[in-house]
Parts: sequence; C-alpha cells; structure tokens
Amino acid sequence: MNALRRNVLKGTAGAGTVAIAVAAGLLKPTQAMAAWNKAAFEAKNVGDAMKGLGVAGPADSKEIAIKAPDIAENGSVVPVEVTSSIAGTTSIAILAEKNGVPLVGTYNLSGGAEGYISTRIKMGQTSLVRAVVNAGGKSYTAAKEVKVTIGGCGG
Amino acid sequence: MAEPMRIRATMAGDVADVKVLMNHPMETGLRKDAKTGQLVPAHFIQDVTATINGAAVLNADFGTGISKNPYLGFKVKGPKKGDKVVVNWVDNKGDKNSAEATIG
Repeated sequence: MNALRRNVLKGTAGAGTVAIAVAAGLLKPTQAMAAWNKAAFEAKNVGDAMKGLGVAGPADSKEIAIKAPDIAENGSVVPVEVTSSIAGTTSIAILAEKNGVPLVGTYNLSGGAEGYISTRIKMGQTSLVRAVVNAGGKSYTAAKEVKVTIGGCGG
Repeated sequence: MAEPMRIRATMAGDVADVKVLMNHPMETGLRKDAKTGQLVPAHFIQDVTATINGAAVLNADFGTGISKNPYLGFKVKGPKKGDKVVVNWVDNKGDKNSAEATIG
C-alpha cells in the first residue's frame, strides 16, 4: 500500500509539471484537452473534485439509483450503472471516493438522452461510489459502497 | 492506434439503448512497467461524444478511473429505427477514433 502511495505522489509531481508547461504555452493543448475539466479530474480528494465540477452541497436523493456489485473481486473492472429519475437531468458525474483521483467520469446529456449511464470503473480500494446529478440547475447525489478485494489502480 | 470500436444500438419502445465498447489501454500514468520498473506514461481517453442523426446526445469526459477498454452504455428517447449513431473519442495524446452504427 505504501508503494502505491509513493507512486501516487510521484504522479502528482508529474502532472503538475505538465500543467505548468501548458500554462506557459510550451505545450499546445488540443481542443479536447481544453474542454476537459482538468481541475476536477486531477483533484486528489472528493471535495476538490466537487469544487472542480462546480458542485456545492448536493442534496441526497433517492431518485438516483446506483447499480454496482456489493463486493468487487477485481478492482480494475467494476461495473457501475447510474440511473437518475430526476426530471431534467442534464449531467451525471461518477466518483470513486477513495481513488487517488476520485472523479472517474462526467456525462453531459442532451437531445433526449435519458438519465442513465452504464460504465466500468477502476477502484483502488473499498470505497463509496458516488453519483452527482445536475438537474434544473440543482445538484443531487447518492452513493453506494463497493468492497474491493484486489485493488485495480496499478498497484 | 485506432483499433476498431464496437457500437450496438437497439430500440426498446421509444428509447434507443446504445452500447459502446472502445479499445484503449487507459493507462493512469501511475502504473509501473513490470520489466523496467519505469512508470508507464498516462494514456487515456478524455473526451467522448455521441450524436444521433448529427444531433449531440452525450458529451462525456473520462478520467483515469475508467477501466481499460472502456464500456459505455446510454439511453436516448426519441430516435427511430434506422437513425445513425456516431461515437467519437479523443485521448490525452490526441489520438482519436470514430465509429457509427444504425439503430436496429
């Protein structure tokens, strides 16, 4: 576990260097990278990730259903399904709270897309899987614990 | 790079159920190569967009926490059989891929 922690720290330093290079105009980010929410995706804890997403104090909602295994034997592939029954759902974000980088993915829905996303995520250890839903300018959240027996973040 | 990506889209009532399987290593940048002990550089899909008949339905951003060979499922209300679904992705190195399918 400590070795993994070391790696995470090293990774942080590396990512920082890239950020500085981008800021200094040494690297030209592609359009996709410009759109990619760097602050949120490089946040190392849930609070910062939420801040990066522009979410403050989301309300707990029973209208968000998270389907994920109670116990995941292999943390590198954990199937997660999020269904939001909240009317006017415009985006869904998925976070694995104890991952080195908690934010896993964000999904902006438009043009008739329903409040439903199915994916497979990596989990470093047992943790809550949290969904954050934006609907009608408000944020809602729900979480489900997934126990991980073998971590899947490269350790 | 650009290995094929698989899409399947089927109508269930008035909702199109779209399933996409992308081929991508999704390296976090934190994993060490078993032989050399060096960190494998980060290489992961960052941006995924989906359109149906040219209209955007989904714009997803991925972090490094998405599993290797990402699976993505989503549902869209309204399209008809025969409509065209197009999915594009771009990764952090600027590699991109696109695939399309007809809703059946």
